[in-house]
Amino acid sequence: MPHIKLSNEYPGIRSLFIYRPETAAPLNALVQAMLHNPHPTLSAGERELIATYVSRLNTCFYCCNIHGAIAKHQLGNNGENSNIVEEVLADLETASISHKMKALLKIAAKVQSGGKNVLPPDIELARSEGATDLEIHDAVLIAAAFCMYNRYVDGLATWQPDNPELYDKMGEQRAREGYLTPPVKVS
Amino acid sequence: MAHIELGNDLPGIRGLMAYSPETAEPLNALAEMLLRNDDNSLSRGERELIGTYVSYLNDCFFCQNVHGAMAGYYLQCNTMQIDHIKQDFSSAPLSDKMKALLSIAASVQKGGKQVTTEQIDKARAEGATDREIHDTVLIAAAFCMFNRYVDGLGTTAPLDREFYVKRAPQRALEGYQSSVFK
Repeated sequence: MPHIKLSNEYPGIRSLFIYRPETAAPLNALVQAMLHNPHPTLSAGERELIATYVSRLNTCFYCCNIHGAIAKHQLGNNGENSNIVEEVLADLETASISHKMKALLKIAAKVQSGGKNVLPPDIELARSEGATDLEIHDAVLIAAAFCMYNRYVDGLATWQPDNPELYDKMGEQRAREGYLTPPVKVS
Repeated sequence: MAHIELGNDLPGIRGLMAYSPETAEPLNALAEMLLRNDDNSLSRGERELIGTYVSYLNDCFFCQNVHGAMAGYYLQCNTMQIDHIKQDFSSAPLSDKMKALLSIAASVQKGGKQVTTEQIDKARAEGATDREIHDTVLIAAAFCMFNRYVDGLGTTAPLDREFYVKRAPQRALEGYQSSVFK
């Protein structure tokens, strides 16, 4: 049960967005800018992978599942990309993603454990794999932002359903529409 | 020196915001709503104090000095008094409600699941409303982002703590959305 009376039946961060629309607006604008808007080099699916990975490190069930579902829809649900999310969450080293993405995800993991843990060799590795300054910036900010979203969702003990079909449905909507449209009813 | 070429020499998060204006806009809007908007039963000073304390726990020099100076400005206390609150808020001259909220913020800093129902009950018993508990959790969570953004990219910050104290009145006047690049 949530720590405060939210008076709505939406899951995870959506219940908090409905409870306090004044803070929901910048929080949604931020996630839209980071993950959904066009990016010169990182696909939406790659950026969602960073969000999913950090949410898993923070053990936030809702965020990991919803962004994992969005990542799947962004990366393509069929063919060679269909297992990327599971592979990344199981073992970054052996996952079928680029060396550049592995280096960016390693930076994201450092950010999750604390900003000062990102060291010059982490940045140099990403650069040597072809990462641009903007990609490094965005990986750090996405990781940092999910250290916020995850704490917000778990810190108020929101309802987090465990039905994978719900996350797939919500994820399909977000992959298609972005973050600024009203949520679908899932309860 | 920052980990990436920012193309400016602004300190802390301001250098990052000038580098990436598309993300700066919602980040500033969030700070403005959480810390400065006056439709809130927690004072600006109380909210800045939560941001300061979490930045201290995350060991982020830039953020704890910017927001410590803001808290000091609003609450009319000096750097030494703010430092005392950061180091041991339980013995500081704060309301029991604020102490209960700072204890929730400290749990959020460690991880969302660390917040206990006992902490929530305690805050309620001291008169905290649901909205105050909500805002405390979100401010604490947001500073776990701001702090990581600032330190994760290795930004620089003025070491002279008076720099932050001197800037606080202007920032209090102009807010977080209008004066970022000055």
